[in-house]
Amino acid sequence: MNHSHTHHEPLLRIAKRDPLPRSKAYAVRVIAVLISLLVSGIFIFSVTKLNPVAVYQSMFKGAYGTNRRMWVTIRDTMMLLCIALGLAPAFKMRFWNIGAEGQVLVGGIATAGLMRSLGASVPTPLLLIIMACASLICGAVWGMIPAIFKARWNANETLFTLMMNYIAIQLTSYCVALWENPFGSNSVGIINPKTQAGWFPKLFGQANGLNVVIVLLVTIGMYVYLKYSKQGYEIAVVGDSENTARYAGINVQWVTIRTMAISSAICGLAGFIAVSGASHTISTSTAGGQGFTAIIVAWLSQFNSFIMVLISLLIVSLQKGAVQIASQFNLNDYASSVITGIILFFILGSEFFINYRIIVRGKKGGDVK
Amino acid sequence: MITAVQISQLLQSAIVFGTVIMFGALGEILTQKSGNLNLGVPGIMYLGGIAGLAMSYFYEGHVEHPNGFVSLILSFIAAFAAAALGGLIYSFLTITLRANQNVTGLTLTIFGNGLANFFGGILNSMAGGVGQISVRTTSNAYRMSLAHFFKIGNLGKIFFSYGFMAYLAIIIAVVMYFFLNRTRTGLNLRSVGESPATADAAGINVIRYKYLATCIGAGISGLGGLYYTMDYIKGTWTTDSTIEALGWLAVALVIFATWRPLNAIWGSYLFGVLYWMYLYIPGLTRSSQEIFKMLPYIVTILVLLRVSMRKKREDQPPASLGLSYFREER
Repeated sequence: MNHSHTHHEPLLRIAKRDPLPRSKAYAVRVIAVLISLLVSGIFIFSVTKLNPVAVYQSMFKGAYGTNRRMWVTIRDTMMLLCIALGLAPAFKMRFWNIGAEGQVLVGGIATAGLMRSLGASVPTPLLLIIMACASLICGAVWGMIPAIFKARWNANETLFTLMMNYIAIQLTSYCVALWENPFGSNSVGIINPKTQAGWFPKLFGQANGLNVVIVLLVTIGMYVYLKYSKQGYEIAVVGDSENTARYAGINVQWVTIRTMAISSAICGLAGFIAVSGASHTISTSTAGGQGFTAIIVAWLSQFNSFIMVLISLLIVSLQKGAVQIASQFNLNDYASSVITGIILFFILGSEFFINYRIIVRGKKGGDVK
Repeated sequence: MITAVQISQLLQSAIVFGTVIMFGALGEILTQKSGNLNLGVPGIMYLGGIAGLAMSYFYEGHVEHPNGFVSLILSFIAAFAAAALGGLIYSFLTITLRANQNVTGLTLTIFGNGLANFFGGILNSMAGGVGQISVRTTSNAYRMSLAHFFKIGNLGKIFFSYGFMAYLAIIIAVVMYFFLNRTRTGLNLRSVGESPATADAAGINVIRYKYLATCIGAGISGLGGLYYTMDYIKGTWTTDSTIEALGWLAVALVIFATWRPLNAIWGSYLFGVLYWMYLYIPGLTRSSQEIFKMLPYIVTILVLLRVSMRKKREDQPPASLGLSYFREER
């Protein structure tokens, strides 16, 4: 901390630095990840006395050891990525959409409801299109409610979207109780297990092939939208300075609502993918906290779609690996949350060294750390 | 019809429930008054809960005749310290390293949830299996109430049937009210949250205020987790996400109370009533109960909207809430 009560020059001083070249900036982040893995290793060793290298090895096996495991990892990465992609435009606009969890759930509810009611009467390809549209619309509506109040009355969106999560969770519990199958199980069970109506068809021989195709299309689409479209530019201007945007003749209220509709619609689509392309059921854990994790993914990648792919993959691999070490070493799989937390802390902290430099007293111009 | 006994029961469970989130909310009010929006409250409550439990478990396990009172003090300190340490991580990242507050807070929630359930699982397996851990001596000390000494009726139970922490929460709320409104330090703290640049120019050490408010606030929030493990679930540990849900409710309560500690007292009990009311309303099906549990969140949204539409100055969140302060970027 600065000793500001003394009149001498402080020992350490912080100054903004010129933008680092991209390669150096990534080097800082990679170093942060390596240090965090070291710290996590120390944590693992001190708690369990297990060799951390062996633990990391079995984590890798847990995530990629078999073909099936690898596809589960890919499937869940796509889910996390899809939510993060949805959040990106809102965050770029500096609109804190913490409500992805809820937006995923309402998309999932719409999908599950249609799957149950139309599964017998509508052919699957058409049903998939209907469900996708419904989940997009439900997600968009869920996200537009806080956006309208933000645009019109400047209601705090962080807190509003956070509350909307819990309303969505209760709505999901309501639907689960309503659609319970079998009676008394307190779960919806697998929907259409025999006919597989409304399930994603196999693509390239993989049950989750379609998940990958859809999310990668969204990835490319979002990259182009944010970087090359007029709307993407408007989002960037509003995010940098609302006053500048107004001066430039941008309708800030409209951009806020439109961007949030797009953002939450994609989160709703993630709910569709989760229900129709993965679990084939709906429960309060359909979003499983990924709505919150995705916030971190979107922020750390600085809204770059392709970096989101990498960070999502890293986090999901950790989560899958932790499940493996949990069973192998008789721990529990919350170890993954601990390790995820440590890694994210370090990446968050490393941004400082990319944007600022520390000047030690007495050195002219400062030495760069 | 609802009987007097039922009303008494409802109020009692509402107060117990409310106490958990009142601690969480009071700590967060202090934190937010310094301009830090810490979304790590659920994680901090997890840290407090597990640290208190672990401390009393080891104390009870290593001492021949465990004394409930000693264990109470030890676990209380452990819970406060662990939670404050969580606040310190948050402070270091957001204040010194200038990381984004929302993202850091959410990471803290993931981390705290993971750490607590990880050690909770270990403690349970050390104690013999899932759901086996129990620190009865300590929990009894926490839950000791005046109702044990006197024969009291339904009315008395509403006021006297709780452990000391239910009253401690109220005391903290009142003290915090005086601190924020009547002391120089408290007013300085509020000025840091409203306009750190002005406070800085007035000679207030913004960094120190932010650090202290966030760490002490986190410690207070952590007591909510302690109360939950020791009193609410009677000195046990279940690996689930209840504390997380309660933690978010505590964040909701901060808004509901419009950043005023005294409002948090009745607000928390009201949330408790809203949360448990479904048990006492006849004719609810299992599904419609779930709709009922939305009430605390819907009420919070309505308060948030009312506050933002009326724009009364004294109801607004601290003006610099969520923004990091860099002196050289003014």
